[in-house]
Amino acid sequence: MVKQENTAIPIGGSEVVGGKELYNINHKGYYGEFGGAYIPEMLFPNVEELRQNYLKIMAEPDFRSEFDQLLKDYVGRPSPLYFAKLLSEKYQTKIYLKREDLNHTGAHKINNTIGQILMAKRLGKKRIIAETGAGQHGVATATVCALMGLECIVYMGEIDIARQAPNVARMKMLGATVIPALSGSRTLKDATNEAIRDWINNPIDTHYIIGSVVGPHPYPDMVARFQSVVSEEIQWQLQEKEGKLKPDYIVACVGGGSNAAGAYYHFLEDTDVKLIAVEAAGLGVHSGESAATSILGKEGIIHGSKTLLMQTNDGQIIEPYSISAGLDYPGVGPMHAHLYKTGRAEFIAVTDDQAMKAGMALCKLEGIIPAIESSHALAIFEQKKFNADDVVVVSLSGRGDKDLNTYINYFKL
Amino acid sequence: MNRIISKLQEDKKLLSIYFTAGYPNLNDTSTIIQNLERSGVDMIEIGLPFSDPLADGSTIQVSSTQALKNGMTTERLFEQLKDIRKSVSIPLIIMGYFNPILQYGVEAFCKKCSEIGIDGLIIPDLPVNVYFDQYKIIFEKYGLINVFLITPQTSNERIEFIDSISNGFIYMVSSASVTGSQSGFGSKQSNYFKRISNMQLKNPQIVGFGISNNKTFLQATQYTKGAIIGSAFIKHLTEKGVDTIDTFVKSIVK
Ligand SMILES: Cc1ncc(COP(=O)(O)O)c(C=O)c1O
Repeated sequence: MVKQENTAIPIGGSEVVGGKELYNINHKGYYGEFGGAYIPEMLFPNVEELRQNYLKIMAEPDFRSEFDQLLKDYVGRPSPLYFAKLLSEKYQTKIYLKREDLNHTGAHKINNTIGQILMAKRLGKKRIIAETGAGQHGVATATVCALMGLECIVYMGEIDIARQAPNVARMKMLGATVIPALSGSRTLKDATNEAIRDWINNPIDTHYIIGSVVGPHPYPDMVARFQSVVSEEIQWQLQEKEGKLKPDYIVACVGGGSNAAGAYYHFLEDTDVKLIAVEAAGLGVHSGESAATSILGKEGIIHGSKTLLMQTNDGQIIEPYSISAGLDYPGVGPMHAHLYKTGRAEFIAVTDDQAMKAGMALCKLEGIIPAIESSHALAIFEQKKFNADDVVVVSLSGRGDKDLNTYINYFKL
Repeated sequence: MNRIISKLQEDKKLLSIYFTAGYPNLNDTSTIIQNLERSGVDMIEIGLPFSDPLADGSTIQVSSTQALKNGMTTERLFEQLKDIRKSVSIPLIIMGYFNPILQYGVEAFCKKCSEIGIDGLIIPDLPVNVYFDQYKIIFEKYGLINVFLITPQTSNERIEFIDSISNGFIYMVSSASVTGSQSGFGSKQSNYFKRISNMQLKNPQIVGFGISNNKTFLQATQYTKGAIIGSAFIKHLTEKGVDTIDTFVKSIVK
């Protein structure tokens, strides 16, 4: 598929949704019944400024060319679409890995932070804040702030700081200030709360680079559009390799949902392409130690978005669990809530053990050490049978360097 | 007439106090309310605790976490409040984040509030437009006043819209911050209070966030109808308990 040459169209496609799209965002900022902007008035000016400008800015030719250039020369895009021959033989189907792990900083997260830092600059912001769980988004944010010379403050749960020491060091080397989130359960959800509070306290000069397709509208749509470069590449890469415009399946792990949103994006409305979303079941979906949000969640509000989230009957948010810090989030982006509710995507839950085994298998079979998040996506081949001629694209969202300690402890390496 | 409306007609500066229900102890709710009324407070905001209070600073966060640990739930709060109107006559407002209310059911929640004699709600993360499109009808059916916030960054146009759909008072957030900041008020705040006062809105304004003593109370109410104290009162409860509420209130309105 050739790239859109019409520069009046924002990244990711038309802004007018026209009522035909069933699965993408509508003009009110909702995916079906999910989404919206449930924010305190203190955040309204910031979020509204972004809402009014993001599509306009994304459609500016110089914005697009700067974004494309950085993705190419700095991030290293396009990321390869790799035919995993041995993995395919093992599972008797055609498996392609979309190699987001080869991006600069080691994951898909940088596609979004490049886009948002350019957005922040166009909006005249001087100070960047972000939340991070595993530290991947924090590193990707610190990286683009270093690149653009903007001040960077990353909120990270106190517990995650202890779990992810190498990424904390990376952020510091890149010039970011890492502030521990000491409230609540001191993990990703609380780091997000702290980032939002910082934004309330700094309403003029600060941009909040959110790390997934979560948060108030327009964040889920904006992040999905920046990540949509992934599915755009899959289209032409698949054509080159398979002579096909579309795969039969796309598989991605879902924490907040950004790598999945990116891999699905151009295929959302094309129901020939089956979408599979893989959630972290932790010690088991019903073990009480799980992050399988769609199955365990109920409709509610988290971080400014109406979506599915894990909560008590009383509406208090429940702390999830997964061995993978990047999937350890009690909510899910509103797009995914909608894909779940409508049945557009099939949701599969994968336990810690299943993911760890699948990760190790990829190391041995293909010589690729995946992030534990991505290992969740790889684990579905043990659960689900595909036809021999099915083309299955798996989003290999990140590399496993950051997870070495967890791999070492788990496998007693 | 709604108690908030009649209170606003009194010819005085109003003091409203926020506390987190279930803190310091689970069953302090009615004692705190009664002591506040006895001490001369004009209005009370009963905080329904939430696990993730986005707009609150550390004092209210900690009190909310503790209240939930103590076992506070929506149902339990309603249970504690069910006879409150036998002993208390000042306006009572429930302040809470939207998710717990959504889980209870917005209509069921409003109905319960009206049965108890709650006069209004403050739901910081229920956006004005969503309220207007979906919930205004329900609030009105149960005679509840929904109080909206404005901040120094809110545009005049938006303030006018908020004023047009409000029917009680406007909650003026004193500065760009979460609750509990203690930096005091300077010319920036008084200019803002003055600017809003000059807009001649139909609803009176009550200032909240950052009021902690007699000085800030007087500054906040120079151009407005009243002031709301939250974090400073919770600190008092933490340090001195529920028996010396009178001392706290007297230190604010001398
Ligand atoms: C490698 C990797 N994959 C996936 C995720 C999950 O995020 P999302 O669902 O937004 O892609 C993360 C988050 O940190 C990650 O680092």
